[in-house]
Amino acid sequence: MTASIATDGIVSNRLSGEELAENFSDLHPPLDPHEALVAADRCYFCHDAPCTTACPTEIDIPLFIRQIATGTPESAARTIFSQNILGGMCARVCPTETLCEEVCVRETAEGKPVKIGRLQRYATDTLMAKPGHPFTRAADTGKTIAVLGAGPAGLSCAHRLAMKGHAVTIYDLRSKGGGLNEFGIAAYKSVDGYAQDEVEWLLAIGGITVECGKSVPLSELADAFDAVFLGVGLSGVNALGVEGEDKNNVLDAVSFISDLRQADDLASLPIGRRVVVIGGGMTAVDAAVQSKLLGAQDVTMVYRRGREAMSASEFEQVLATSKGVRIIYNAQPLRVTGNGAAAAIEFGYTETVDGKLRPTGETFTLAADQVFKAIGQTLEGAPDALNLEGRKIAVDENGRTSVKNVWAGGDCASGGDDLTVTAAAEGRDAAEDIHTTLMGG
Amino acid sequence: MADLTSEFVGIKSPNPFWLASAPPTDKEYNVRRAFEAGWGGVVWKTLGEAGPPIVNVSGPRYGAIWGADRRLLGLNNIELITDRPLETNLQEIKSVKRDYPDRAVVVSLMVPCEEGPWKKILPLVEDTGADGVELNFGCPHGMAERGMGSAVGQVPEYIEMVTRWCKQYSRMPVIVKLTPNIADIRKPAEAAQRGGADAVSLINTINSITSVNLDDFIPEPTIDGRGAHGGYCGPAVKPIALSMVSEIARNPETTNLPISGIGGVTTWRDGAEFLALGAGNVQVCTAAMTYGFKIVQEMISGLSEWMDEKGHASVADVVGRAVPNCGDWQDLNLNYITKAEINQDSCINCGRCFAACEDTSHQAILMSEDRTFSVDEGECVACNLCINVCPVEGCITMRELQVGEVDERTGREVDGTHGDWTTHPNNPAVAAAE
Ligand SMILES: Cc1cc2nc3c(=O)[nH]c(=O)nc-3n(C[C@H](O)[C@H](O)[C@H](O)COP(=O)(O)OP(=O)(O)OC[C@H]3O[C@@H](n4cnc5c(N)ncnc54)[C@H](O)[C@@H]3O)c2cc1C
Ligand SMILES: Cc1cc2nc3c(=O)[nH]c(=O)nc-3n(C[C@H](O)[C@H](O)[C@H](O)COP(=O)(O)O)c2cc1C
Ligand code: SF4
Repeated sequence: MTASIATDGIVSNRLSGEELAENFSDLHPPLDPHEALVAADRCYFCHDAPCTTACPTEIDIPLFIRQIATGTPESAARTIFSQNILGGMCARVCPTETLCEEVCVRETAEGKPVKIGRLQRYATDTLMAKPGHPFTRAADTGKTIAVLGAGPAGLSCAHRLAMKGHAVTIYDLRSKGGGLNEFGIAAYKSVDGYAQDEVEWLLAIGGITVECGKSVPLSELADAFDAVFLGVGLSGVNALGVEGEDKNNVLDAVSFISDLRQADDLASLPIGRRVVVIGGGMTAVDAAVQSKLLGAQDVTMVYRRGREAMSASEFEQVLATSKGVRIIYNAQPLRVTGNGAAAAIEFGYTETVDGKLRPTGETFTLAADQVFKAIGQTLEGAPDALNLEGRKIAVDENGRTSVKNVWAGGDCASGGDDLTVTAAAEGRDAAEDIHTTLMGG
Repeated sequence: MADLTSEFVGIKSPNPFWLASAPPTDKEYNVRRAFEAGWGGVVWKTLGEAGPPIVNVSGPRYGAIWGADRRLLGLNNIELITDRPLETNLQEIKSVKRDYPDRAVVVSLMVPCEEGPWKKILPLVEDTGADGVELNFGCPHGMAERGMGSAVGQVPEYIEMVTRWCKQYSRMPVIVKLTPNIADIRKPAEAAQRGGADAVSLINTINSITSVNLDDFIPEPTIDGRGAHGGYCGPAVKPIALSMVSEIARNPETTNLPISGIGGVTTWRDGAEFLALGAGNVQVCTAAMTYGFKIVQEMISGLSEWMDEKGHASVADVVGRAVPNCGDWQDLNLNYITKAEINQDSCINCGRCFAACEDTSHQAILMSEDRTFSVDEGECVACNLCINVCPVEGCITMRELQVGEVDERTGREVDGTHGDWTTHPNNPAVAAAE
């Protein structure tokens, strides 16, 4: 090994291949059959279950858990997939602690929810390990639909449309499908190439053509297809707007993560000895944790508000600190200093007075050879024809945009949290509405 | 996809899961919701004669037994037949059947053991468009004291007589519901068959007292300082019900008599086991009362997944498949030898197998100083107790000795022949015959 965690600067090979493999292994390893039965046994089969209501795709959770408990995990998987075709990825990446598991009655009663996410993974893994695909296409309708973006929203929409018998073409600018499942989600949440396996499995429904590395303007699509679904996500990144932001090694957290997800050899990825991540969401946590796992010695996450305002869940925050990330609350960046490249970053403490954030006047400086910006993504290049709501494409509850025969969903569309599961729900619901509209229902 | 449609004594239903005659089927509101949830059919809560309906207690009707995590394992009740007017029930049955022609609606009846009352009520039921009647000869409390329910079900001659009246005064299929509170279940089944029954259904509830309040010395559930025995049902009674179903199925006298299996059906698997032992369909009460109507979805998906996996195309293909393999003890092969085997990788060293075998069985489990547990094949009689008390499923298994292997306990070599009690030298009857 040429470097260690204490080597100055931004270098590769801080950790051995073995250490890296251990660090980036499954965050929540799969349950074995016995563990799954024990976990499933705890479900009370609640009436009008709070967990189902909390799930954006409204999976019938008590039913699928009972199906696991009665030894039929494949039926359980069908229950899941009939609501959420990306139920496998969601089982890995959903912040269950703020969704289904937060409202589990056993969380209320004992502080220990049923392990819904891991049971969902158990069921979906079991079915996906078998050959074949659980759904079949309806008879060809002769309708064609273009889907822009092969992320969770686009894939979920395309699958539902294909099931209904429509012919779907997906275009994606990237070299492969999956969207942030492939390029964004933390590596330890989706190991062993799961994102690509899932895309391949989902496409086995048939009737979907995927064209990667390609986009087509909305105007052309609208002419050539009966309907268009936009699931383009958020490709822009918010700027810090502080002095020195343009120095070398002040980087977007999302592109760092994307490089990491695509790396064949994690040891070859250069990482700083002292890394500072600015932001308080999932992206910030993922960038900080993965920096640490790559071998950075000091990783500090700095968030401008208090712990309670942080959008990363408590679980995510605990995960970060358990991996050795230091979280500083109530501080915002003032300037990046350094000669050409970043060397340090100066922060000012903040306080919230009457709901407004303001500087206290006290400052501090952190040494940093790498700074990751993770203060949010934005919609970029939305077609002019579409009305926006805030900074997203305005849609109604069925995903309809202001333009006829154009639907949108996922991160790029208004409403809902920016989560994989929300994207899956919105893609599915838009597909149902497209179907009803096209078939004159 | 497996075909789950069921035809039982000519009554068709989209799946073989019916709700048993009990509170879940006591009124139109319930039955409509049950059908919406997917139940294949219902047996309406037992109707009595016209006139003032019976009266239920207005204190607790139920007592229960729980397993770990307060899982309900057994339920005891002191409820009687429907306490709503006959006319109301008949109107509701008619209205439900009209709206759900594809579901089975069978009406349970219990009137005094005289020809008149039966002759009177049957046409009224027929008028509703119901698919059949079930004669409740099973209820073990309250009604029995009035000479009905299990008081009839315990006397084969009465069963035969009433069944005959019903076949005489009605065109509907007649299912006779049997009480398990009897020594030999084959006798009432034979009587029903002699009376012309189209089928039997079983079991009704088992006489039970679930607990006694030790402060006041009163059985529970307690009504104003007194208790009475009730009827037991739920998961705990399944083994009893399965055995009774199998006895009727393999009795040469009744081998062609259709059976509706009841008693502790809680999952698809329970249902499949009843079917395999000869039931043409199953009825469910406690599971629905514990978890709500929605559980039928798991029963349907589970049965379907299992049938697909095993290549059983239809329900009829499964019915009775285990009956030929179900026999008497005396036919079991005494030359078949197995030994318990502990998988050290999955053993968690709790020592329960040791306690069970050492204290109460054959001292065939050895414990080393470092708490490693292993089987002494020289002592193991393969009783299966260790497997049943082991908390880790699959940790202890039975290994069948192959031909040529020596049973260390007896010193005898396994020779692959069949040898049962009927031919065993220790059997005095064999010696006498020689
Ligand atoms: C670092 C990070 C970590 C995250 N972690 C989690 C997590 O743990 N759990 C969770 O639930 N959510 C997480 N999220 C959020 C989640 O990934 C998104 O909410 C989800 O991927 C949104 O799906 P989408 O389909 O709307 O967009 P995306 O996944 O962004 O997919 C959009 C696709 O559209 C393509 N595209 C863009 N423009 C065009 C165009 N003009 N033409 C054609 N194609 C185009 C893109 O290449 C991309 O493939 C995370 C996000 C990030 C950034
Ligand atoms: C509260 C209660 C009331 C019942 N009432 C009737 C009845 O009116 N008629 C009848 O034939 N069986 C009645 N039963 C018996 C059930 O139909 C069924 O035979 C029994 O509960 C066994 O099935 P299970 O284990 O699925 O509950 C009743 C059971 C319960 C729990
Ligand atoms: S279930 Fe509870 S609330 Fe409902 S009738 Fe019985 S005792 Fe009353």
